Amino acid sequence: MRRITRRRGILLGVVAAVVSAVVVLLSTGLGKDPSVVASPLVGRVAPDFTLSQLNGPPMTLSKLRGQVVVVNFWASWCTECHTEQAALDQTWQQFQDSGVVVVGVNFEDTTGDASDYVRTAGVAYPVVEDTDSRTALAYGLRGIPETFIVDKTGRIVDRIIGPVDATKLSSEINEVLLAGAR
Amino acid sequence: MGQLGTYALLLGLALSGYGAVAAALGAKTDRPVLVESARRTAFGLFATILVVNGAMMIALLRNDFALRYVVENSSRETPAFFRALSLWAADDGSLLLWNLILAGYIAAVALRFRRDRPATFPYALSVLFVVQVFYLILVNGPATPFATMSSRPADGAGPAPLLQNHPLMAVHPPFLYLGFIGFTVPFAFGIASLLAGHGTDEWVSIIRRWTLVVWCFLTIGLLLGALWSYSVLGWGGYWAWDPVENVALLPWLLSTAFLHSVMLQERRGMARLWNIALVIGAFSLMTFGTFLTRGSVLSSVHAFAQTAVGPAYLAFLAVVMLVGFGLLMWRLPTLRTPARLDSAISREAAFVGNNVLLLAAAAIILLGTAFPLVVEAVSGQQITVGGPYFRSAVTPVFLLLLLLAGTAPLLPWRATNRARALRRLRVPAVAAALVMVATALAGVRNVTAVAGFGLAALVFVANGQEVVSGLAIGRRGGRSGIVRTMLRGRRRYAGLVVHVGLAMVAAGITASSTLGQQTEVTLKAGQSTVFAGHVLRYEGLRTDQQPQRIVLSAPVKVNNVGGGGAGTLDPRMNLYPAATEPIGSPSIHRGVVWDLYASVISLQEDGNSATFRFYRNPGVNWLWLGGFVMALGGVAAAWPVRRRHDDDEAPTSVRRTRAPVEVGAV
Repeated sequence: MRRITRRRGILLGVVAAVVSAVVVLLSTGLGKDPSVVASPLVGRVAPDFTLSQLNGPPMTLSKLRGQVVVVNFWASWCTECHTEQAALDQTWQQFQDSGVVVVGVNFEDTTGDASDYVRTAGVAYPVVEDTDSRTALAYGLRGIPETFIVDKTGRIVDRIIGPVDATKLSSEINEVLLAGAR
Repeated sequence: MGQLGTYALLLGLALSGYGAVAAALGAKTDRPVLVESARRTAFGLFATILVVNGAMMIALLRNDFALRYVVENSSRETPAFFRALSLWAADDGSLLLWNLILAGYIAAVALRFRRDRPATFPYALSVLFVVQVFYLILVNGPATPFATMSSRPADGAGPAPLLQNHPLMAVHPPFLYLGFIGFTVPFAFGIASLLAGHGTDEWVSIIRRWTLVVWCFLTIGLLLGALWSYSVLGWGGYWAWDPVENVALLPWLLSTAFLHSVMLQERRGMARLWNIALVIGAFSLMTFGTFLTRGSVLSSVHAFAQTAVGPAYLAFLAVVMLVGFGLLMWRLPTLRTPARLDSAISREAAFVGNNVLLLAAAAIILLGTAFPLVVEAVSGQQITVGGPYFRSAVTPVFLLLLLLAGTAPLLPWRATNRARALRRLRVPAVAAALVMVATALAGVRNVTAVAGFGLAALVFVANGQEVVSGLAIGRRGGRSGIVRTMLRGRRRYAGLVVHVGLAMVAAGITASSTLGQQTEVTLKAGQSTVFAGHVLRYEGLRTDQQPQRIVLSAPVKVNNVGGGGAGTLDPRMNLYPAATEPIGSPSIHRGVVWDLYASVISLQEDGNSATFRFYRNPGVNWLWLGGFVMALGGVAAAWPVRRRHDDDEAPTSVRRTRAPVEVGAV
């Protein structure tokens, strides 16, 4: 009887050990975001664009040299973009006097829908239209929202896939501003 | 709609929680009334989950943009048909369907055992409810299918473009779910038999038929998935060894092994431990597959967007494996069966061989699928294991399986009368040899192809011959004699039919994977190319503006080289507003032997020039037909036929030990 109990204990131990090993192994994959990929664009000069503004004159990225530019791709039909709206607004309010420009690049949308959204959501920063999606292609967009941070020399320093977080974004911008000042 | 769905989900959770407790408690304390109330709860649960799915379906059809799920997966321009399909176009919605199917299975079990109740029934019912509790918790917390928007947008994003590009999406996921979720029933009865601790063989005969049904669904689901891949993705193939395809194949392999080894237990009282391990293994692999697909650990065509449910799946997988295999070890002393093979050339030995090979194939595929996860966990490097590994490792195993499928049905149980077995093998062996010689003479130098065709012929003739000889014997008794013979030997004949289908599938896979041709060519409008005996001329781009998309067609006129027209191929590119890249639609001329297949890769100079990929694929239709025959054989084997003497019997149930007395039946 005792032999059976001991063998049973060993076998149960083996099951528990194997299951734990499997769980540990599989859980390593959980923390990572499979959508994060190193972008070959980071460190390079941001692809230039001249796009018409929803309410204002056309904007050219290269004319913003000397300022930090947050290029945010979005659309009115994109729910994740609605989520990050507040964070982008806050960033704009906080940094617009410190040489930072937020540019919303409207992607695969209609002018009417985009203008409606900008008006109702109270978007204050400039919004341009990427009507033929050329700019999106040049930036190798995976989906929206997607945000690129461009430093004062016009180089891309970071690429954020998915909605941005206000605290993270502002700390990154601070870093870029500091690095530019050094 | 949102509120209705949310409350119904909570009600469903409460009902399944009650069912789980009542069934287990009723069995433990010998109170049949409790078990009966749990059984009836199953129907209430099914109705509730039906309401949940109905609410989401109505919200989608009416484009109720107050719901986040609707905004993300529907739009004003999406046609109603694809709006309805959006129910399973994303993680949250598909979990609702998943819950519905599970509740459906529980209701089916409750209905099936309304009278004749095996002793394991209450425990099995409890296990089923526990699984449902898990999947309902998922949609009541970590996933929130009925979440609302803070502000109601004017339009939604529409379903993922790939999912609204072909009507096959209507049937592939539901069938796959029916197959996947169905494994819960055998698992529940397996666990129940371990819990009850009888060590009897009763549960095996109960779940054989359930497993067959599930196997049929999974076979059809896999087949439809392959057909979708072939008809929609435009790469000319039907199986890419994508991780999610692989994890769907794993439970299929294990259940196929089970359906064979179960006969060892039924007939000879062997393999008790083995069978229950297979059932638990199949369910664990199903859960593993779900985790891999929905837990956002890998990227594939099937991977859902990042969700919060990953850890929940992992925890569930751990519980399933701990409880399943833990109980198995606990009950080990009662599960031992005498392992004796009377002869190495007998049906038993063949079944053992079949199981070893099927499990080897499963292990090879599991290894290749999990390897990238292991490497990334250890070294942090991202790698992928591609088709070449799977093909080279799995092909020999599958060829050996064919050899068994072509010989084992001719072997008798127990010891063999060798001379007799050899006599019955003569025709199939000659047929196989002839096919191999003919293939080689036709110029095929690929050893795998020659062996594949030969073995497919062996399986086809050996199994077909048995069916035909059965029909011949039956014919002596006239038309009713045939029916009687087929019904009496239904399981055997159905199995043989499945093997005949397998032979066709094998021939199709061999042909398409070894003898296909392809080319990539850029043509200006009006320019022609010659490919595989056809003259193909690009006719120039046509644009069609549809409400939900822009369709760019690149028609190609097909003529035979010797003259004579053969029609037009019309591969397309579809531009959806929510997609960064165009979604291609291949065009296929399907034939008995050859498929001519065209996809457009890219367009230049405003469509004045287009790059095409053309394929000439042999045998692909044999694959679909063979798969259909396999499923048909499975259905025939699982179809409930009441034997004559059953009708004569009084409707009293067979009361087994501690079987609950029927309540309200008398």
